[in-house]
Amino acid sequence: MKITRDDVVRVADLANLELSEAELETYRKQVDDVLEYIGKLNELDTGEVEPMAQVLSGDQLADATLREDLVVPCAVAEDVLKYAPDPEPPYFRVPKVIER
Amino acid sequence: MAANWTIDGVKEALAAKKVSARELTAEFYRNIAEQNTGLNAYLALSPERARRQADNIDSLVAAGGELPALAGVPVAVKDVISTRGTTTTCGSKILENHVPVYDATAVERLEAAGAVILGKTNCDEFAMGSSNENSAYGAVKNPVALDRVPGGSSGGSAAVVAAGLAVASLGTDTGGSIRQPGAFCGIPAMMGSYGRVSRYGLIAFASSLDRIGPLATNVKDVATVLQVIAGRDPLDSTSAAVPVADYGAQLGESVRGCRLGIPKEYFGDGMDPGVRAKIEAGMEIYKKLGCQLVEIRMPHTDYAIATYYIIATAEASSNLARYDGVRYGLRENGDSLISMYRKTRGAGFGAEVKRRIVLGTYVLSAGYYNAYYLKGQKVRALIAQDFEDAFSKVDAILTPTSPVPPFRLGERTSDPLQMYLADIYTVTGSLAGLPGISVPCGRIDGTLPVGLQIFGPAFAEARVLQLAHALEQSGGATL
Repeated sequence: MKITRDDVVRVADLANLELSEAELETYRKQVDDVLEYIGKLNELDTGEVEPMAQVLSGDQLADATLREDLVVPCAVAEDVLKYAPDPEPPYFRVPKVIER
Repeated sequence: MAANWTIDGVKEALAAKKVSARELTAEFYRNIAEQNTGLNAYLALSPERARRQADNIDSLVAAGGELPALAGVPVAVKDVISTRGTTTTCGSKILENHVPVYDATAVERLEAAGAVILGKTNCDEFAMGSSNENSAYGAVKNPVALDRVPGGSSGGSAAVVAAGLAVASLGTDTGGSIRQPGAFCGIPAMMGSYGRVSRYGLIAFASSLDRIGPLATNVKDVATVLQVIAGRDPLDSTSAAVPVADYGAQLGESVRGCRLGIPKEYFGDGMDPGVRAKIEAGMEIYKKLGCQLVEIRMPHTDYAIATYYIIATAEASSNLARYDGVRYGLRENGDSLISMYRKTRGAGFGAEVKRRIVLGTYVLSAGYYNAYYLKGQKVRALIAQDFEDAFSKVDAILTPTSPVPPFRLGERTSDPLQMYLADIYTVTGSLAGLPGISVPCGRIDGTLPVGLQIFGPAFAEARVLQLAHALEQSGGATL
């Protein structure tokens, strides 16, 4: 067993995910199976290998020079707020964050 | 349910005034009304947008002159791709009523080329799945065999084309999600190289793997749609500046002398014998066409699934952090902000998504990052190197798209790892950033479609399409 119930609780906390007891156990088992399988990567000696952090190389991408700082209209606020869960234009309303 | 319309067919009929764009659009919506309940392939329709575009095209036809590349062509768009004014749910409850305020670049380009956007197709939730059984809106049925899965995650996009409910569609591919549904539904389906098509407006799953790509009834149409959507986009900094080739130019040219790599690792024990027989028949066709089949080794193939499920889930855990109930989508109320986040995400995400968020967060977390994520990135480099070594000896690589034919609904849902292992032939090219197509290669017992996959070097989409076209024109679909 690579992953314990406490591990899943900790990870769910990090991911802001509310899980039921049943879910905690189900995912613990399933993620454990996958981690067990993933362990096969340890068969490979990767000491000298550079991680592949990017897919495209520099010459395949456009010139990385910054563009001109031009202001263009972006009047989406009204449309966006129309579909927001709890809008109070021009704001998104949420439960209070700062306690006085 | 046979798909009769092609892109050329539509444009010819419009130019000859045999049908108007409005009439064609209406015909497709009638068919959708009849068949969609049974297939569950469309999640939303955009008839106002479609009719507006159809009217534009009809005006162009009346004015005479050349029609744009996709004039009047009815297309469908996978529901992870943003369409302005039409719900874009990603197959999830957490975005049930999400309406984007902008179009993805790929959608804009389709419409600028004259395409009529009919609606949004069903998919596995946030593109996570290989059977379209993870959608919060129900599974999609394979039009070729209704008790079978259409594949995933772009199951809806494949099903609508196979059922004649769209002439072409956009899907997305992260680990096989365009190619495998193409194979399962018996249609050609392609992903260009990573960065070939802009991801602007694609709701992200795994940012270093996601790609948008076309599905259609024939290879030429796949090439035409790719031509329209490919190319550098300043709105996507990962979109490639590599010039877009003419994808139609090489179609029909002889493939004699082409060296095709057959990787030993893809033809091992896990392959269904029925699939093997059809793929071997496909290989015979290439031999008859004068290609040279070369056995190659790709020694890190066996590590691809493990690598993929570290990197993809890690990136997903980061990309899905934005679904918090604040600005869009579902909100479940809580007595504090954090409680609102936790309840919203707990209620809005399905099981597969939660599983991957847990796994992805774990492999990135303190104490585990080096052992998993960093290790995964290093093995990714080794897998990419396998391809580079292969392409010094061969021009393209042939493999089966899937080790198994389309399985039955419910057959693989109880064991997530079993479902993941079915991606074994597709994730390799995903990790390496290379272009890949699945092209129909026979049907087992005359019913279950098999797909043959062709990988090419980076930005060699024209070569991949040429080879796929050659198999198609030699009767690949009916082998």
